[in-house]
Amino acid sequence: MNWKTFAALLARDAHVARRNYLALMLQTLLQPLLFVFVFGQVMIRGGMMAASYKGMLLPGIMAIAMIFTGIQAVAMPLIAEFQFTREIEDRLLAPIRMEWLAVEKILAGMLQALMAGGVVLPSAWLLLGSGVGLRLDRPLAFASVAVLVALFSASGGLTLGCTIGQTNIGLMFSLVLAPMIMFGCAYYPWSALSSFPVIQKVVLLNPLVYASEGLRGTLAPQYPHLPIVVVLLVLSAVDGLLIALGLNRFRRKAVS
Amino acid sequence: MGVPVRTEELRKIYYSPPPAAAAGFRGLRRRSASRNAKNVHVVALDGVSLEVEAGEIFGLLGPNGAGKSTTIGILTTRVCPTSGRAWIGAYDVWAEQVEAKRLIGVVQQRPNLDFSLTAREILLFHGAYYGLPSAERVRRCAALLERFQLSDRADELVRGFSGGMMQRLSIARAMMHDPEVLFLDEPSTGLDPQTRLLLWEIVREYNRGGKTILLTTHNMDEADELSHRIAIIDHGRVIALDTPAGLKASIPGGYLLRLRFNLPAPGISERLRALRGVTEVRVEGAGVDLYAGRGGSLIPEIVAVAAEAGADLCDVHISEPSLETLFLHHTGRSLRQ
Ligand SMILES: Nc1ncnc2c1ncn2[C@@H]1O[C@H](COP(=O)(O)OP(=O)(O)OP(=O)(O)O)[C@@H](O)[C@H]1O
Ligand SMILES: [Mg+2]
Repeated sequence: MNWKTFAALLARDAHVARRNYLALMLQTLLQPLLFVFVFGQVMIRGGMMAASYKGMLLPGIMAIAMIFTGIQAVAMPLIAEFQFTREIEDRLLAPIRMEWLAVEKILAGMLQALMAGGVVLPSAWLLLGSGVGLRLDRPLAFASVAVLVALFSASGGLTLGCTIGQTNIGLMFSLVLAPMIMFGCAYYPWSALSSFPVIQKVVLLNPLVYASEGLRGTLAPQYPHLPIVVVLLVLSAVDGLLIALGLNRFRRKAVS
Repeated sequence: MGVPVRTEELRKIYYSPPPAAAAGFRGLRRRSASRNAKNVHVVALDGVSLEVEAGEIFGLLGPNGAGKSTTIGILTTRVCPTSGRAWIGAYDVWAEQVEAKRLIGVVQQRPNLDFSLTAREILLFHGAYYGLPSAERVRRCAALLERFQLSDRADELVRGFSGGMMQRLSIARAMMHDPEVLFLDEPSTGLDPQTRLLLWEIVREYNRGGKTILLTTHNMDEADELSHRIAIIDHGRVIALDTPAGLKASIPGGYLLRLRFNLPAPGISERLRALRGVTEVRVEGAGVDLYAGRGGSLIPEIVAVAAEAGADLCDVHISEPSLETLFLHHTGRSLRQ
C-alpha cells in the first residue's frame, strides 16, 4: 500500500470539492432546512403537529442529509469520470492498486457525509428553536452509528456510480432514492408503521430505516426506536455487502 | 539503464461493447449489432508477440481497428488480455500492476484529462500520485508547460482547451514523472504540422536519455522518421517487423505501379511479368498492381504490352519505395482507406 499516492488521490478530491464548496454547502443545507422549517415550524405553530415532533424529526433529517450527500459525492463524479472522456484514467494509472482508488472515493464520500451531518444537525437545531430535546447519552454509540451511516452512503454511491450510466441519473433519484426516503422512517418512527404490518416488515429491507432509527436512538432516545445493537449489526452487514459489491463493479468498469 | 517491453502470444477478445456508455459511432454499431446476434465478439488481438528493446523507439503501424490501442491497453494495465502475457522490464503487467505502472507513462488515443482541474494542477497532481517531492513537482511542471507551449494557459480549466492543446498537455502529463517507458497512442492526432515537428523533437530527445518509447501511428512519415523498428499490425496480428529501411527493402522491386486498364485483358499479367525489372504482378479485374525495380521508364513498355493485349492504359500511379507501398503489399489495402 502506497500512502503517498493514496493521500494525493484524496487531496485531489478535496481540492475539487473545495473549489465548489459553496454550491455543495447550499446543496446539503437547503433541502433539510426547508423541510425543517415547514414541518418543525409552520406545522407545529399552526397546531397541526405536536411540539414533540421536533426532536423526532431532527435525527431523520440528519440521516437523509448524510445519505444524500454521501451518495451524490461518490456517484455523480464517478458516473462522469467513467464516461466517454474517461477522466479517471490518469488516476487508474497511478502507482497503486486500482481498488485503492475506489477506497479513496469511499473515504472522501464518508468525510463529506459526516460533514453534512455535522452542518445540518446544528443548523436544523437552531431553526427548530426551543424544545427540541436532544440527549446525547451514549456518544460512542452515536459516533458509531454516524460512521456506519456515512460508510453506507459512500459505498452505496460507489455501487450506484459504477452501475448507472449518465442517462439514468434521473431514474436513480426517482426509483431508488425517493422511495428509500419516503419509507426510510426519517419523518416518523418505525413503530408508527404498526398499523401497516406488511409495510412495517417490508421497510426493514431499507437501510435508511436503520440509519434514521439509529440516529434517533442515540440522539433522542426518549422516542421509540429500534434497538441500537440491531442497528449497528444491520448497518455493518449492509456496509460490508455494498463495499464488496461496489469494488467488484468498479473493477469491472475500470478494466476492459 | 533502460527498460525493455515484451509480449507473448497476446490474444484479446472483446465480448461486450466498450464499458463507457458512449463510445462514439464504433460503440453504437457494436451495440446495434449485439441486438441482432446474441453473442457477438470481436477478436482484437490474435497472438501478438513483440520484443521492444530497452532504449528503443518502437512503432506500431496499422489501419483502424488493427489492435494497436488494445496492445497498448494491455501493456498499460487498462485492458485484461484473454490469454498471453506482457512484461514491462521484469514485471508481469497483469500480475505486478503497481510495479509496472510505476515504470510507464501513457498518452491514450482519446484525451482523458481531468476536466475538474487546470492544466497546472493536472501536472502537479499527476506528480503527486507518483510521490514526487513538491519542489520537484513545481519545477518539472513549469519546465513541461514551457516546453509544450502551454504556460500562458496553465491556470485555465482544461475544458476550454482546443483539441491540440489537450493533446499537448496529455503528452506533458505522461512525461511528468519521467517514466522509463513511454506509450504514445497516435500522439500527433490533432497537432498542427509545426507542433508535430516539436513533438518529434521532444520524443527523440526523451529517447536519447535512454528511455523506451512505444508509439502507434497511421502516419507513414512519422513511423519512418521516428522509429528504430516498426511492427505492422493488421487484424490483430503482426504481419511484418523490421527497421524502416529493412521493411522498405523487403518490398519486391521497391516501386509500386498501380495500373488501370479500360477493360480486363486476359493474359496481360504474363506479358507484364516478362518485362525487365518486374518482380510481381497482381491482377484484380481491370486493375493491376505491379512491383518493379524501376518506375516511370516502364510505362512505354506497359503501354505497348497493353496494346498487344487489346487494352488501353487509362490510369497510372507510381509509388516510390515507402512504408505505404509496404503496407499495401502486406495487406492488399491502403492505410488511408
Ligand atoms: N473496449 C472495447 N470493447 C469492445 N470492443 C473493443 C474495445 N476496444 C476496442 N474494441 C474493438 O477491438 C478492435 C481493435 O481496436 P483497437 O482500438 O485496438 O484498434 P486500433 O488499431 O487502435 O484502431 P485505431 O487506429 O482506430 O485507433 C476493434 O474492432 C474495436 O472495435
Ligand atoms: Mg487506436
